[in-house]
Amino acid sequence: MMEITTVHYTVLSAALFSIGVIGVLVRRNIIIIFMAIELMLNAVNINLVAHAHRLENLVGEVFVVFVIAVAAAEAAVGLGIILAFFRNKETVNIDEMNVMRW
Amino acid sequence: MAETIGFYTLSVLILGLAVLVVTAKNTVHSILFLVMNFLCVAVVYVVLQAEFLAVIQVLVYAGGIVVLYLIVVMLVNLKGEAEAHQDPRRLSVIGLALAGAVLLELAGILVYSSGSDATVPSSEAVAFPVQGNVEELGWLLYTDYLIPFEVASVLLLVAMIGAILLARREV
Repeated sequence: MMEITTVHYTVLSAALFSIGVIGVLVRRNIIIIFMAIELMLNAVNINLVAHAHRLENLVGEVFVVFVIAVAAAEAAVGLGIILAFFRNKETVNIDEMNVMRW
Repeated sequence: MAETIGFYTLSVLILGLAVLVVTAKNTVHSILFLVMNFLCVAVVYVVLQAEFLAVIQVLVYAGGIVVLYLIVVMLVNLKGEAEAHQDPRRLSVIGLALAGAVLLELAGILVYSSGSDATVPSSEAVAFPVQGNVEELGWLLYTDYLIPFEVASVLLLVAMIGAILLARREV
């Protein structure tokens, strides 16, 4: 058994990020797409924390705090937009979201 | 040895739950898998000695954002299949291929960078007048990163106002 190094965490992060990319590109329910974006942000956070641990430098963790703050803002605004859209068009399917105004 | 077993268990859990989030038919099931995924990521933070971030992860992600998602799913109240209609021009195979390309690209970067074994010179150790992960993080946030911290708070305020305006019923 090998010792767990930063590379292991980076590989985990890359795999999680790719699953998020698959979710964004393949699914059509916009709420699931938002969740896939959260998965990708988590992958980035794992990467940052792993390297902060390796370099024994806390700046990476400070960045994770900012990423989490932006993720919270993004979720609030994005879900607000979904609600406003649903009220007008009664759908969460992105294939039917093809108008800029109505 | 215990660390190795723990890491692989956590990795399998995180990746498996992420796959379930992306593939689940029911949106509510997807959200519940997402909560478990976030909790597993919090455990990874604990292993990496980032205790404060683990707590934030549980509070903000598993506690706040997921509740937001659940409320939106409840308000949207879909009747029938959400993904019944599919644009014939949409090609999921190309999406999968592009995601595979992203993974290949990341793997390439990883192989390339591990071959060169570039060690970044660790920045000169900041002499913290405090001890412990939470205290040191707080010290950094309120000294070197004070302005970004305040900007982040303004961002959250703007996002809150924006979300209220967007979700308000038309008057």
